Amino acid sequence: MTPLLIENGRLVDPSQSIDRVARVLVTGGLIAAINPDDGDLPPNVRRIDARGRIVAPGLIDLGTELREPGREEDETIETGGNAALAGGFTTILCAANTYPPIDSPGAVEFVRQKAQRARTCRIHVIACLSRGREGVDMAELGLLAEAGAVGFSDAPRPTSNSALLKKALEYCHMLDLPIYDLPLVPELTGSGVMHEGRVSTILGLQGLPTEAEDLAVTRDLRLAEATGGRLHIGPISTLQGVELIKRAKQRGISISASVWPQTLSSMTDRELESFDARFKVRPPLRNERHIEVCREALIDGTIDCISTGHTPRAREKKVNDLDLAPFGMVSLETTLASINTDMIRSGLLSWPDAITRLSTRPAEIAGVPGGSLKPGSPADIVIIDPDVAWTVRGDEFQSRSNSTPWEGKELFGQATHAIVGGEVRFERHA
Amino acid sequence: MSKTLLEPPSGWNRRHLLGLQDLSVDELRTLLDTAQQLKEATNNCREKLSLLAGKTCANLFFENSTRTRNSFSLAAKRLGADTVEFSSSGSSVAKGETFIDTAKTIEAMGVDWVVTRHQTPGTPHLLARELSCSVLNAGDGPHEHPTQGLLDILTIRQHRGNIDGLTVALVGDIAHSRTARSNIWGLKKLGAHVILCGPSTLVSHRWRELDVEVAYSLDEILPRCDVLNLLRIQFERQTTRPFPSVHEYANLYAMNADRMRRSKSDILIMAPGPINRGVEITPEVADGPHSVILEQVTNGIAVRMAALWLLANAPHNSSSSEPIVH
Repeated sequence: MTPLLIENGRLVDPSQSIDRVARVLVTGGLIAAINPDDGDLPPNVRRIDARGRIVAPGLIDLGTELREPGREEDETIETGGNAALAGGFTTILCAANTYPPIDSPGAVEFVRQKAQRARTCRIHVIACLSRGREGVDMAELGLLAEAGAVGFSDAPRPTSNSALLKKALEYCHMLDLPIYDLPLVPELTGSGVMHEGRVSTILGLQGLPTEAEDLAVTRDLRLAEATGGRLHIGPISTLQGVELIKRAKQRGISISASVWPQTLSSMTDRELESFDARFKVRPPLRNERHIEVCREALIDGTIDCISTGHTPRAREKKVNDLDLAPFGMVSLETTLASINTDMIRSGLLSWPDAITRLSTRPAEIAGVPGGSLKPGSPADIVIIDPDVAWTVRGDEFQSRSNSTPWEGKELFGQATHAIVGGEVRFERHA
Repeated sequence: MSKTLLEPPSGWNRRHLLGLQDLSVDELRTLLDTAQQLKEATNNCREKLSLLAGKTCANLFFENSTRTRNSFSLAAKRLGADTVEFSSSGSSVAKGETFIDTAKTIEAMGVDWVVTRHQTPGTPHLLARELSCSVLNAGDGPHEHPTQGLLDILTIRQHRGNIDGLTVALVGDIAHSRTARSNIWGLKKLGAHVILCGPSTLVSHRWRELDVEVAYSLDEILPRCDVLNLLRIQFERQTTRPFPSVHEYANLYAMNADRMRRSKSDILIMAPGPINRGVEITPEVADGPHSVILEQVTNGIAVRMAALWLLANAPHNSSSSEPIVH
């Protein structure tokens, strides 16, 4: 493997409190040194000039739907992995909502082998929490863990069965693996398609009330407190949900939470006035009050990290009326830019804080390698051009699906390189 | 008898009629005046004109309808146009085709207007983007039903001469009513005070943000009302039961003889139909002297003739791309 020297870039590594121009030497798939002496450089080193760009630990996504096996028309392990790289993600955790669902060691093995063959980003498996994702009986969590699963979830189906969630949280103590719960009370969401509020009332569209999320967060927090289990709640999208998490953390309850990029964006529920299914996403686009509170919660650390919420759905499924079109959006390739555009360029979030929430903290929560460029760490690196302006065109994505609420919008910032284990797996040519 | 007369009013630039929310006051008045003119020219909508001879109107009804479909059909025929009828049951939609592809197929047969009804809000707006011909919204889920709103307003105007200053109550299932959503915009723009009345599970407090009055007691508002528009309880759209029983609803909200006695002496009783006798309205009120329910039906043809005619004469490159929520 060719050694790499990334030079002249702004190195942002929150795990080492580094934010300065520095050189990064990569040899043997690992970070060899920060600012090495010239005499220590290997003879055949490949130099990457990162002038004007940011060099950071590769981004890590805690919730990507890959849809293979069974829904390859939406995404495959390979196309999803390529989309991740193009978006600056060197590690993703894939969801278990495949067909059949990932509730057996064989299914975990299938994804891991396909991922290895695809040679895109690192792909870890979040396996089912319950058998068949039916929300009744625990899946064979121990065997799934042995097969390589790094966590459990039935998402995007919420864990409605409180007894199941409690038992699983207790059981996972011995596995020391997290459970990811999507906070939602389905009885309250019904056939809703958008945020319940003034706009949904006017449009006559069924609403998704914030209470559906708030009640589930309340229950999840209580169960996490009662069991002491490792629980990650997300996506959070309501101001009440944020308040609940803030109070729980103040009381010392050990939970983590994530937010998806649409909840931090400047898009509100008014986008649905177009009746365009691209804006049918879950959590739904809410109004300014919720957006503001979620942004603040991300800034102050109440919300730990940003996940992409990459939920690809094939074009033919989204070209329909709002009741029939599925929820979903591709977002691996826009998350970095949307956070940069909405949070960083507006001065709300610094680059070190953004990298913490997109890489360092997700690595800690998931317990997977990455999130740091300390010497000896795997050389998973993203190089970011923070200033490049580009217009989102879903048809140009690596992802197999193309429906995005950012379609046609101008965003700033893009990954120019994604390096996995010291190998440049994605390089954007101007 | 075939007549030719009338020049289309100037200043109408819309190619689609998707809702009343985005219409200006002038556009509303143009539609109402044109409908009135056509009603008189066709002798109460009974005679034919040839203003739209050679043109074709396609009725694309993805949701069941009798009165609106027939009203649009008659309106087109009374102006000399041909009609194509489509309903989704047993069609390619039932075989899995999207409604957009179905509409494109019908358009490719050569039609000048697509009149569409669909159970999902926004579908006419999507068609307006996808099709080259004019699109008329004949009801999109609980969102809007612009011609129903117009015919209601036209009927009020014929009896009262003006809308400005009137107090109009919409009573019943506001949550699921496209009629309410069109009436609200049209009536408010023309100066009426609008009251929404019904059980709190069907009349969200959020409506107050739109500068309408929200009331839960019909008896309390009754003495102030010039017009009562009694909306049907749309059981088919409700996912959970919004009130304990039909009996309880009728006791609280049905317009009956006793309530008539406590109303203004010249109150107008309206209903978009179909009416549930004994639920929203008792037979003696529905058939009584204050009821204009059948006049509404006649005015529906006039309004739809006006809409078809105006859209047919709109500049081809015009659009309805204005924002639909203000």
